[in-house]
Amino acid sequence: MCSVCGCSHTDQKMHAGHGMQPDRLIEIETDILSKNNQYAAANRARLAGLNAYAINLVSSPGSGKTALLCKTILALSGQRLAVIEGDQQTQNDADRIRATGAPAVQINTGKGCHLDAHMVGHAMDKLLLEPGTLLFIENVGNLVCPAAFDLGEDCKVAILSVTEGEDKPLKYPDMFAASKLAILNKIDLASHCDVDLSAYEANLRRINPNIDILHLSARTGADMDSWLGWLNAEIARKAGAKSCA
Amino acid sequence: MHELSLCESIRQVVENHAGAHSVDRVKRVWVELGCFSCVSQEALSFAFDVVMRGSVAEGAELIVLDLPGKAICHDCGKEVTILDRLACCPSCGGTTLMPTAGNEMRIKDMEAA
Ligand SMILES: Nc1nc2c(ncn2[C@@H]2O[C@H](COP(=O)(O)OP(=O)(O)OP(=O)(O)O)[C@@H](O)[C@H]2O)c(=O)[nH]1
Ligand SMILES: [Mg+2]
Ligand SMILES: [Zn+2]
Repeated sequence: MCSVCGCSHTDQKMHAGHGMQPDRLIEIETDILSKNNQYAAANRARLAGLNAYAINLVSSPGSGKTALLCKTILALSGQRLAVIEGDQQTQNDADRIRATGAPAVQINTGKGCHLDAHMVGHAMDKLLLEPGTLLFIENVGNLVCPAAFDLGEDCKVAILSVTEGEDKPLKYPDMFAASKLAILNKIDLASHCDVDLSAYEANLRRINPNIDILHLSARTGADMDSWLGWLNAEIARKAGAKSCA
Repeated sequence: MHELSLCESIRQVVENHAGAHSVDRVKRVWVELGCFSCVSQEALSFAFDVVMRGSVAEGAELIVLDLPGKAICHDCGKEVTILDRLACCPSCGGTTLMPTAGNEMRIKDMEAA
């Protein structure tokens, strides 16, 4: 709706008909996040040039992003890996990753509630990425803001732990709509806290009918193989798409 | 929320366009927000006033145009218009809708003073 007069036109040319001098109206037609999207495109091109695969790992605080990464790094000992850690404060998560032997760079966003593509580009510089690297970007624990910021990743993976409540996909739909895979973590706790796993799945599919769903425990390692298989299939799919092009 | 960083991006784009058109004061800025864009209009307007201080758009009016959401219904295959992420398909009542539009956050145009 045109807010100048309430007519049904959104076309800016129509505003000229409302008494505005057309030469005073300057067309912009730019995405608000265009700057971020340019940095994201540059990151994506850089990763493609390296035949690297990047995952943007998102969840609320404490769902187990770092725990999953540590277990994943130990399981993929032959694979070239690197990790970018995003948190408002502390080096804790990068320290936990380095303890596994993988290179990690910590970004502290201060007041910022999400990583953006510019920060990630600088972190990639520091990591000196080698060809064929699998790059994990652990976003700031937050189910809202990181959904809007493309970092140049190949896909987003959302973690939801079984103690968070079945309705979380409905309450924070954007994150789950933007993700390719949802991991239900802390499955070792499921029997202690009376959760309905099928309700989690139904709510995820309600928001995103195409989403893949896996259950696992980053603590016990239960069902880690399904996640490692998913990862390998994704990496192979990207490599295959590139060799066909 | 990230309304503050969105307004910082808006300020940058507005200043670039003002420079390119030799405009030294901007009176109004139009933005389009899809109804799934997860932006609070109230917070955006508040942040806009704060962030535009000291720029060519200080005191400018922010006008937000709402765009509806669209989705493909996996039950009936139609593309439908929805205003709520949890809405059922208006055509068949299905509940598996994949959003195809509604995340837009665009700066449309601005009016020089
Ligand atoms: N029981 C159980 N605990 C887990 C599991 N995964 C993670 N945890 C625990 O949950 C807590 C938070 O895990 P983190 O890996 O720090 O979570 P995070 O998502 O990285 O947290 P932030 O980076 O702070 O957002 C830690 O105490 C973990 O040991 C799991 O599968 N089962
Ligand atoms: Mg962490
Ligand atoms: Zn339908």
